[in-house]
Amino acid sequence: MTINIDQANQKAIDAFMEARPVLVGVAKVMDVIPGMHENLFLHAGPPVTWERMSGPVRGAMIGAIFLEGKAKSVEEAEAILKSGQIEFAPCHHYDSTGPMAGVMSPSMMVYIVENTTTGYKAFSGLNEGRGKVLRMGAYSEEVINRMKWLNEVLGPAVDRALKEMGGLDIRTLLAKALHMGDDGHNRLDAASLLYTNFLAPYIIKTATDLTQASEVVKFLGENALSILNPVMAGCKTMTQAGHNIEGSTIVTVMARNGTDWGIRVSGLGDRWFTAPSPKVKSLYFPGFGEDDACPDIGDSVITETAGIGGFAMATAPALVTFIGGTPRDAINTTLDMYEITFGEHKHFNIPFLDFRGTPTGVDIRKVVETNMSPRVNTGVAHKDPGVGQVGAGVVSAPMKCFEDALVAFAEKFEI
Amino acid sequence: MAVIRAEIRSGSYFDSAVLMQLQRSLAQLDGVDDAGVVMGTEENKEILAHIDLVTPEVMASKSDDLVIVVRAADEDTALGAIGQVDELLTRKKSNVDQEYRPKTLASAAEMLPDASWVLISVAGRFAANVARQALDLGKHVFLFSDNVSVEDEVSLKAKAAEKGLLVMGPDCGTAMISGNGLGFANKIRKGPIGVVAAAGTGLQQVTTRIHQLGSGITHGIGTGGRDLKDAIGAATFLMSMDVLARDPGTRVITLVSKPPAPKMAAKVIRKARQINKPVVINFIARKPTMRRDGNLWFATGMDDAAALAVELANKMPDLSGPPVLPIEKFSTGQKYFRGLFSGGTLAYEAQFLLEDYIDRVWANAPIIKENKLKDSLTSEEHSIVDLGEDEFTVGRLHPMMDNEMRIRRLLEESKDPEVAVIMLDVVIGYGSHPDPASELGPAVAKAKAEAEKAGRYLEVVVVATGTDEDPQNLDNQIAQMRAAGAWVSSSNEEVIRYAGSILRALNETAEDEYVFTPVDLSTLDKELMAINVGLESFAEDLVKQEVPVVHVEWKPPAGGNEKLAAILERMKKFS
Repeated sequence: MTINIDQANQKAIDAFMEARPVLVGVAKVMDVIPGMHENLFLHAGPPVTWERMSGPVRGAMIGAIFLEGKAKSVEEAEAILKSGQIEFAPCHHYDSTGPMAGVMSPSMMVYIVENTTTGYKAFSGLNEGRGKVLRMGAYSEEVINRMKWLNEVLGPAVDRALKEMGGLDIRTLLAKALHMGDDGHNRLDAASLLYTNFLAPYIIKTATDLTQASEVVKFLGENALSILNPVMAGCKTMTQAGHNIEGSTIVTVMARNGTDWGIRVSGLGDRWFTAPSPKVKSLYFPGFGEDDACPDIGDSVITETAGIGGFAMATAPALVTFIGGTPRDAINTTLDMYEITFGEHKHFNIPFLDFRGTPTGVDIRKVVETNMSPRVNTGVAHKDPGVGQVGAGVVSAPMKCFEDALVAFAEKFEI
Repeated sequence: MAVIRAEIRSGSYFDSAVLMQLQRSLAQLDGVDDAGVVMGTEENKEILAHIDLVTPEVMASKSDDLVIVVRAADEDTALGAIGQVDELLTRKKSNVDQEYRPKTLASAAEMLPDASWVLISVAGRFAANVARQALDLGKHVFLFSDNVSVEDEVSLKAKAAEKGLLVMGPDCGTAMISGNGLGFANKIRKGPIGVVAAAGTGLQQVTTRIHQLGSGITHGIGTGGRDLKDAIGAATFLMSMDVLARDPGTRVITLVSKPPAPKMAAKVIRKARQINKPVVINFIARKPTMRRDGNLWFATGMDDAAALAVELANKMPDLSGPPVLPIEKFSTGQKYFRGLFSGGTLAYEAQFLLEDYIDRVWANAPIIKENKLKDSLTSEEHSIVDLGEDEFTVGRLHPMMDNEMRIRRLLEESKDPEVAVIMLDVVIGYGSHPDPASELGPAVAKAKAEAEKAGRYLEVVVVATGTDEDPQNLDNQIAQMRAAGAWVSSSNEEVIRYAGSILRALNETAEDEYVFTPVDLSTLDKELMAINVGLESFAEDLVKQEVPVVHVEWKPPAGGNEKLAAILERMKKFS
């Protein structure tokens, strides 16, 4: 049977848009992620070995070893990680997405987001806020203590609240936040406040300790990225719904690990197409510069894959203060992304562009044809383990991923 | 010792004006002797070699590579200069105030949905694909790019004909639509004259002369220089003529072309004849044999064409009253001409003038030897026999004195079922037969009657040369011939053109008709809006004319990577 690419792509992005991600609860990685085992640590991006692993991922792995109680010193932790005792795998191989280093180890708590249209579940960790955090490769005592508090206090409190309220519709919340100046990736100020606002009554209602409940609500409300992880898991359920459609050239995964950039394409199964991860064009925090930066990293680009984030930048002009540029640049970024996407989103739209749907479904044909790759807004981690975030900026995906995928597509379908 | 350093960028595309500016900016930097910023074509590399600006990388560059080369006092200066290229490039402020520059034609069309025109001036090998996209979006195409293959031109024009769209070009430099100039164009007053030209500066010359003479134009449509070659079949020319024929604002049509293929010229003239408006024709390098033929006026040059058009537009001529042709009377298969002359010069002129109507006329005394009848006694296709030639008069009286041989030949020719028109001359005066019509008349009547009996119609046309004071009396001769059923005039040319008109009608074949969907006139009359792909200066010129325009920041597909571009092209069949 000959394929019809346009029809296949329409099917893929329809599935993206029909997905109804609902945040249903919080649970331990070990208990909910299928195939997880005691010595499996997940990380962002495509597969990578310890030898090639970037500083932030190594740092987060060390932090995870500490959190799992497997070692007490950095040397000890590195020895274990180097020894081969720990299996490394991409989050995406286990229905998960992790921001920045994206490290997930067995005892961490994760959000569970279910696409109620298909029943598919995706997972993502609890957001630690900004600054020195595990996802940026930091592993100091302060970092580990916060991780423990998230696991022991925030996670259970949010889980109780979610169960009490019967789940939270991520798609509706995102659609609303896009009209409040969020892009759904780097700017989630509005979405995080909405999230806190929805959860707070239920957190209090189901509280076992009101002081803790107050701390949890305060933490969620003050962290402008509180909802980043549920959003990423939600986007994962959307793009996964459009994966594995015969003859589709739509990108269903984009991810990076600080070493490589990788994509997966709907019609090409679970094969990764990778290229060296580029440096981010960034504004740096005081005291840091380009030489300190790790190349582009993290699974959060799943938001752009689903049609928001950098692709919806026209609706989030305030973002330009964070990454440099003018509001016009934000609009032009979105307009550029229409050139490389197959469709426009039915549920996410942009008031400034007459409520036009966001550019949805990166089409490898269009990327190669226009020689223009997806643009992503992103945080920048220090290249060394243990330091943390040093800046934020913009990056374009390496063309090679898309070119290789196009060639593979032509081979597979004998075009 | 000066050093030369180069940088080659593949997949970069800039219009040449930008490159020249960049080259000048680089050359002006301190310590820089000279700089070149060009595409890596063979010609450009030769020029660079000539001015001592080559390195091995430069020589290895390809035609779609951007070559930046600098000769400077030292290495640091040279590399420093090359390092400033991007900054210099972005410093160029655009005159097209456009907040967003789409990368593809499709998005440009979304930004300016009312645009009916797409101007294309990208490198030739990419141009056909861009034009195809424009046609698929339902836009007329102004295709400035050259180096587009004949095959592409044919297929583009076929697509355009199907969709009722115009493809002006390739290699079309000029067009003026509803008072707006596309490409190289002049500011021409609006007026009653429509111009179609397969000649860029030809269009400019004729329209500017029209303007100078106080008149103006509706539209000036360029077709591209190859449109009147056999391979292209006058596709755009015919569609454009049809546009002007239907356009109520166009009172006079003017056609200009560099030397067209003879068949195409015939096709254009045939189409022009069907238009109920005066049509002025100037095919450069083809000398007209007449001034006016029905609604057609033949100009001797571009200046004459402009003047004629203005004169006709100012004082519309009466187009009614060309002779009625008895076309329906002929039966199928009748299409040939036979001229049986006693006068050599009359026969010569007939050969010459008939060229305007039919392809080839054989003769026993031909103008060019290729047309010589194999056997003077046997006619072929269209034939003219001068029976006053020596071969016929040996031991016989000249046919001006003795009609017997011509009568015999007349009756013989009239039996040929493919013959439609027979021409005779009746030359009187001193020395001639005392009453030729008294013998030729009955023969004509007999020939016509026999043809009728055989189910055919035979037209016999006669030129009568003489005066009313001649012994045979011209009027008397004419009256006798008319009584026999002949069509008679004392003007050789008038008889020939009448016969020629019949023959042209009989020899036209339906397959020659070019079938197309007529262009929707409203797309030309409404406010012009355009999308520009290629040279930014074309967009700037439209802005100056207050024409809404979206300039596409176009780049070669797949950044110029041919392998990937080929895959993308093949993928189109799967979507």
